[in-house]
Amino acid sequence: MAGAQTPAAGYRAAIGTRATRRVALAGLALFAALLALPGIADRALVQDLIFVFYMLALAQCWNLLAGYAGLISVGQQAFVGLGGYMLFGLAVFAGIDPLLAIVLAGVIAAILALPTALVVFRLRGAYFAIGTWVVAEVYRLVFAQFKQLGGGTGTSLPPEITNTVFGIEFVKDLFGVRTAAARDIILYWAALLLAAGTILAVYLILRSRHGLALAAIRDSEPAAASAGVDNFRTKLWVYVATAAGTGMAGALIYLQKARISPDSAFAVLDWTAYVILIVVIGGIGTIEGPIVGVLVFWLLQTYLASYGTWYLILLGALAILIMLAAPKGLWGYVAERYGLVLFPVRRRLIGPGQR
Amino acid sequence: MTQWLGTLIEGVMLGGLYALFAAGLSLIFGIMRLVNLAHGDLIVLAAFVVLVVAATLGLDPFVAAVLAAPVLFAFGYALQHLLLNRTLGRDILPPLLVTFGLSIIVQNGLLEAFSADSQRLKAGAVETASLSLGGGLAVGVMPLLTLASAVAVILALNLLFYRTSLGRAFRATADDPEIAQLMGIDNRSIFALAMGVAMTVVAVAALYLGMRANFDPTIGPARLIYAFEAVIIGGLGSFWGTLAGGIVIGLAQTIGARIDPEWQILAGHVAFLVVLVIRPRGLFPRAVD
Repeated sequence: MAGAQTPAAGYRAAIGTRATRRVALAGLALFAALLALPGIADRALVQDLIFVFYMLALAQCWNLLAGYAGLISVGQQAFVGLGGYMLFGLAVFAGIDPLLAIVLAGVIAAILALPTALVVFRLRGAYFAIGTWVVAEVYRLVFAQFKQLGGGTGTSLPPEITNTVFGIEFVKDLFGVRTAAARDIILYWAALLLAAGTILAVYLILRSRHGLALAAIRDSEPAAASAGVDNFRTKLWVYVATAAGTGMAGALIYLQKARISPDSAFAVLDWTAYVILIVVIGGIGTIEGPIVGVLVFWLLQTYLASYGTWYLILLGALAILIMLAAPKGLWGYVAERYGLVLFPVRRRLIGPGQR
Repeated sequence: MTQWLGTLIEGVMLGGLYALFAAGLSLIFGIMRLVNLAHGDLIVLAAFVVLVVAATLGLDPFVAAVLAAPVLFAFGYALQHLLLNRTLGRDILPPLLVTFGLSIIVQNGLLEAFSADSQRLKAGAVETASLSLGGGLAVGVMPLLTLASAVAVILALNLLFYRTSLGRAFRATADDPEIAQLMGIDNRSIFALAMGVAMTVVAVAALYLGMRANFDPTIGPARLIYAFEAVIIGGLGSFWGTLAGGIVIGLAQTIGARIDPEWQILAGHVAFLVVLVIRPRGLFPRAVD
């Protein structure tokens, strides 16, 4: 990208709006309130919110990948499963604290994303989508071969590992709860941190020069390349970064479930189809979209999941309806209608006399 | 040595089945670049249609499939006209998501209607019949029939594509939809006809899927992956390539299974990825993506 030129007198480029500071403060207040929530919430709500937070983290990652870098992957379950299995491996065989293992699982997922990218990045568009799915299937079948991790039927995390997770005594004393509830609260905090961290990371990436490059790639790849963006490196970088986030989410998911099998850990429906649905319901290509989407998805799941197959049929119909009727999603509709932006990433030109 | 020869023959025959799964997908992917993630579930749906026709009328599955084919053609035409045509464009996300939704609906609708029990199309004596090739080698009549049907379907699709005016319209829209429209072709009804033809091919695929082994509503996605692998290995727009792609997957799976039964599926996927790394556009690409 060319160096900054001196702007004409009175003009400047700005990202934030006057509301930005207020939104940031409200976001901080919300984060603090959510941190303190386990003090008053019951265990069921805490467990529900763990689900909301990890799905939100997955959705933000997929949104960055597909909505900004144009990499429509249907194989992100590869990194969810990898993260989950890495957590089990590190905690069971290396005796590493599960919370630290979550971070390490993210690092390992990112490292394995590099050779994976070497294969799938040779493909474009629809081929890329199918290729990522096949790669995820390969990972699933390979992990089914590891007899030490339960092979095809899977394995459970021993209770002594989940019950001695870092900070559990502190939480037991702080809230006066039993071990199981304290474990949930620690996982809740970890999930909250992961979701908030992913949102912050995506926001900072999009506000940086890399974000500008990504927006250019999203709008037109040839134009981006001709403006000096290294499309391949930018996409590779996003693929690896989202693999890290997805891998950490996967590790957290299977620390909570405490049981893993190849079929569940590498499930395309749970970890990719639902995530895509969340992003599209909320609005692809915005940070706000996945947040709206995950709340809608949570409501649907809470009130309708007991209907079994009919619930899934409804979700399928919803996916079709949203894509045909409102391809920009709920947030896209609101943002267009009321000009509302909570996470400003776009640079606007401000003329003399304007604020 | 004889065992290995048997494995190779078995692999080629299995490839015929995968080519049948893939032929319909190859047609619509080649013409409109539609990534139909519901294709596998549509094959299973067709198998249930054949099953219902065979059971209610007390017919042989082959006859039932002939009766089911026009119904499936009409279904495909309507599906494309009413739903899928609205998703086509430069962006691949709308067709991907809509067909994902369709896949979930078909799968769970079948579960609701037929439960998760395994079903089978019963064809009688032909199921277990085999031909001796001499030297201790024998091939089952059913796998042989599957491969022959695959070759026949590919031949028929090639005739349709290169010898009829409808085929000319298919090729024109595949090459350049805008110019085809300037020449007076209505893309939307061409696409709908293509999906109708694809669903007719799906009826054949469903017949052999149901006669070869048990099926239940949940097996669609795995068939979809094999089908896509065959299409991509073969190369965009080439039906013979799709057959070759199916045979590559079939051979890789049977050879993998010969070494270790747990490696069957994995070997097929690895073969696919290896071909992609060496030739990202497939073995025999005709069209430019």
